[in-house]
Parts: sequence; C-alpha cells; structure tokens
Amino acid sequence: MGALATNTVERTLDQDRFDYLLHLGDNALVLGQRMSEWVGHAPALELEMAVSNLALDLIGEAQLWLDLAGRIEGEGRDADRLANFRDALDFRNLLIVEQPNGDWAFTVARHYLFSLQHLAVVERLSESRDEEIADIARKVRPEIAYHVKFARSWIERLGDGTEESHARLQRAIDRLWRFTGEMFAPDAIEERLADEGIAPDLRTLEADWRAEVEQVFEASGGLDIPEVKRMTLGGREGHHSEHLGHLLCELQFLQRAYPGLEW
Amino acid sequence: MYTTDLRSAEEKRKAARAKVVEDPEKLAEFQARIDRDEFIEPKDWMPEAYRRTLIRQISQHAHSEIVGMLPEGNWITRAPTFRRKLILLAKVQDEAGHGLYLYSAAETLGVARDELVDQLHEGKAKYSTIFNYPTLTWADIGAIGWLVDGAAITNQIPLCRCSYGPYARAMQRICKEESFHQRQGYEAMAALMRGSKEQRRMAQDAMNRWWWPALMMFGPPDSVSIHSAQSMKWKIKRYSNDELRQRFIDATVPQAHAIGLEVPDPELKFNEETGHWETGPIDWDEFWAVVAGDGPCNYDRMDARRSAHDEGAWVREAAAAHAAKRAGTRAA
Ligand SMILES: [Fe+2]
Ligand SMILES: [Fe+2]
Repeated sequence: MGALATNTVERTLDQDRFDYLLHLGDNALVLGQRMSEWVGHAPALELEMAVSNLALDLIGEAQLWLDLAGRIEGEGRDADRLANFRDALDFRNLLIVEQPNGDWAFTVARHYLFSLQHLAVVERLSESRDEEIADIARKVRPEIAYHVKFARSWIERLGDGTEESHARLQRAIDRLWRFTGEMFAPDAIEERLADEGIAPDLRTLEADWRAEVEQVFEASGGLDIPEVKRMTLGGREGHHSEHLGHLLCELQFLQRAYPGLEW
Repeated sequence: MYTTDLRSAEEKRKAARAKVVEDPEKLAEFQARIDRDEFIEPKDWMPEAYRRTLIRQISQHAHSEIVGMLPEGNWITRAPTFRRKLILLAKVQDEAGHGLYLYSAAETLGVARDELVDQLHEGKAKYSTIFNYPTLTWADIGAIGWLVDGAAITNQIPLCRCSYGPYARAMQRICKEESFHQRQGYEAMAALMRGSKEQRRMAQDAMNRWWWPALMMFGPPDSVSIHSAQSMKWKIKRYSNDELRQRFIDATVPQAHAIGLEVPDPELKFNEETGHWETGPIDWDEFWAVVAGDGPCNYDRMDARRSAHDEGAWVREAAAAHAAKRAGTRAA
C-alpha cells in the first residue's frame, strides 16, 4: 500500500460499501453475461432452459447489487449507468467469472468453483449487519443454492461420465484453478467491512469450500486439484484478464453508441 | 408460418405416393369424431396420413421455435438495459420451452425427438422462413416480438382448438406466452419511436425489413395452396392462409400507425366497404427462394444449430453414461 495508505484510511464506510457492492454486482453481471452467451448454442434443449435460467438469476442479482451501490453513492447512477459506463479498470469482479465459456466442461467447472464461494458469501451476507445488503442476500440465496446444485450435478456427470468428459473437465479445472485463490483473498475494503460485521471474512470460508470441492472431485471419477505455484489476482483492483474488455464491448455497445437515451 | 406447409411440389408428390390404404369404416368413424369436435388422443386410431401430416406440422413448428432462438439470441449480450436483457432472456427461454412441449407433442405420434432433430440438421425438415432473416439492430428485437410473435399467435389461436389433443393443449399454453411476447415487442418498438431520431430510424428500418417477411409467414396464397382442404377437414387447420394473413394485417396496420411507424407498402389502403386493409402484391419468389435455402441466413442458422448439436454430443453421451452407471449402482 505505502503512499496510498493515507487515502485508504480516509475512505468512508459508504465508499467501502459502494466498492464492495460493485464487486458483488460485477461478479453476477459478468458471469450472467457469459452464461447468456450459451443461449441458442447449449449442448441440449433442456440445457437451453437451464443456461437461460442461470443467466436470468445472475443478471437479476447484479441489478439488485448495482442499484443499491448507486443509491449509496448518491450521485444518481443506477444499475444501468454503472454497468454501461465504467471501463474494465473500474470493474471489480473476480477473474474467474470473466473467463470465456470454452466447452461445457469449462463452463460447468467455472460455475461450480465460483458458485460454491458465491453461496457461502451470500449465506453470510444474509446475516450482515447492513440490512439492505442482508435483504438482497436473502432474496438471491435460494437461487444461488440451486446454481451450486446444478453445477455440482454436472461435475459429477462429466467427471464420472465418459473418458472424454472426464478429460475435458480435468483440463478445465487445471486452467481455472489459478483463479480460485482470489475468491478467498480480501482486499482492504473487504477486511474493513468484515470488521464492521457487514461482509464475511473470506478467509474463514475457504476451508469448507475446499473440503466440499475435494469431496465432490473425489466422488466424480477422481478429479485432481492441480498444483498452482501462484494464484492470479487483480480483479478487485480492476486488473483483469484480456477477456473482460471484449465482454464489455458487447455489453455496453448500445449505451455507448447512443448515450443518454431511453430504451 | 411456423406450421405452414413449406414442401415443394416434388416433396408433396413423393409423400402422396407413399399413401396407405385405410379401412373405410374406421376412416368414417374417425371423421365423424372430428366432425363432432372431439379431440383425437395418442392411443386412438388415426389414419396414417393424419399422423404424418401432424408429425410434419408439429415438428416444423418445434424446429421454428428452436431456430427462432438464434436471431433473438444474437442481441441478448447487447441488450441496452437490465430490464430489456431480462425480458429478452426470458422470451428466448420461453421459445426453448415451446420447442420442448412441441417435440413432446410430436413424440406422442410415435416419433423420437432425436429423429426429428436429425431431419432438421440433414435439411429434410423445414422451419419458418422468417428466421432466415438477420437481426441487424436492437429494433429488430422489438420488430420480431411484435410482428413475428404477432403473426405466430394469429396462426396459433385457432390451433388451440385443433383436433389432435396433445397439440391443442400445447398450443393453449404457448399462445399465452406468445401474446406476452407480442406486447413486449410492441412496447419496445413504441419506446424507440418515442426516442431520438436515431432510434426512430432503427425502428422504421426494422419495420421495413420485417413487414413483408412477416406477411409471408402465413404461407402461399390460397389460389396456389392446394393441400389445405384435407387439413381443414381434419381440423388441424381451421382458416386459410389468406384469411389468417388478412386478420394479421388488419390488427397490425393500426398498431404501426399508432406509434408513428409507416408500413412499407405504397399500395396499402383501407377499403371502407369491406373494412379491411389491402396490401400490394407479396413477392412470392422471395418466399420460395428462402424456403429453398437462399435466404440471407439459412446457412448461418443451420450451421449454428448443427454445431451446437455436434459440439454437445460428448456432453449428452457423458450424461447418458453417468445415468447408466448410476442405474447400475442402484440395481446392484
Ligand atoms: Fe414460441
Ligand atoms: Fe414467442
């Protein structure tokens, strides 16, 4: 931190809450956007229904967090404004959610690893001292619980399906694992909010997360957790992978091309 | 239309040659039931030609729902607001659901969904010509909801009373959702027409491109549509192509005018005597060219469907293998 530390200290609780809500909202928005890319191209008709459901849940969730962020900020920005008029540097989502869909195994692995953390966070947030945050968390919790169930069932199917599905899933896990560390590495904002009883202490969630992943991987044809020498971080401070900029190009196109209009 | 007979004369001749000779007594009893407005159910006796016609019509309808997800899906990631994105996602999801019910209805006639999907991918089955046109701007999403779903409902409301029970019931469920889609599409168009010059231009341009293809959805004019008589007798079609088209035109022209859209037809006029809107001639050469595969997006649509299916093959295999293992474990 060093020279920046003075600034950090002067931040108000509302500024922290605003940034944290962007983090929650951006996670849901970016993953929802990714999931919606599957619509029309899913591996089976039943999965067309499923991917659009998942996307609907996540995009609806994002709108709740971002609208609240805008209200806390108090500068007249709503969820649409926040989604469409920030560049990648101001997006605070985790890197894992922005990774391109790849094949169904990659999408399933991404969804499982993230949703399990997402559910744990939302469960804790539903007991947050911040009533507005707790309200939203309670509202979305059942949906995220379903996401975990859905993704877990596909880890089991692909892990213990055919040789090919197992290999594809293992490959996806190998590629995604480097982004899992970030899910349990709070920044200063989240640490302060955890001290205030507003956000969960992410470090306390990791052990349970890891235990379930190990158990499910074991039961899914023996999937391996790869050794990663260094976790890739950066999402919370706006340092993303190359993929996010392209995702935002699509997401923001109309609002940027024709600013200030009603749609 | 999703259900219009899109077969070429050659395809129809071939089908006619495969005719099965039916027991005249059974045939008469079957027709009597239909004349009494009874529903025919899957286990009931039915003439082979009735069964085949329904399979063709219902599966074509199902394929149309599924292929129709593509032009609209093209704008999900670019929808301008949360509200519009959620509405569009939910709509496209509904269309997937319609495809599912309809494939199930077709399966009650003794044909497997996989077989029907293969026919589509092999180019043997048809789907509505309308989905071979591209969605170029956001306004196309409004235009599709309003015009395409609007045309679909006009055709499908009478099918809620069609003689085949499972199809009629699927239609009742689907029609409710389609009318919702139509209203949302119209509302999206109206919002654009209330907006900036650029937005109004988008909306009018979409209207210009979708109007005629929407009219073509009802199929060739009655003067050349020879096969309808049998379907009418069986009550799997209740009104002619031209009757339904006219109904759509009469409902839609005033809606266009109400939000300031021009109908792209210099010959359009209201006939005071008949109380109907009369349009200029429809370009049936364009329609038949699109049916035959020469629409702007025929290749794109089929490539997208085939690649989703082919790339999904290992997923479906894995799911089946897993289910088999589970069943084995349980049995042991
Ligand atoms: Fe539909
Ligand atoms: Fe529809």
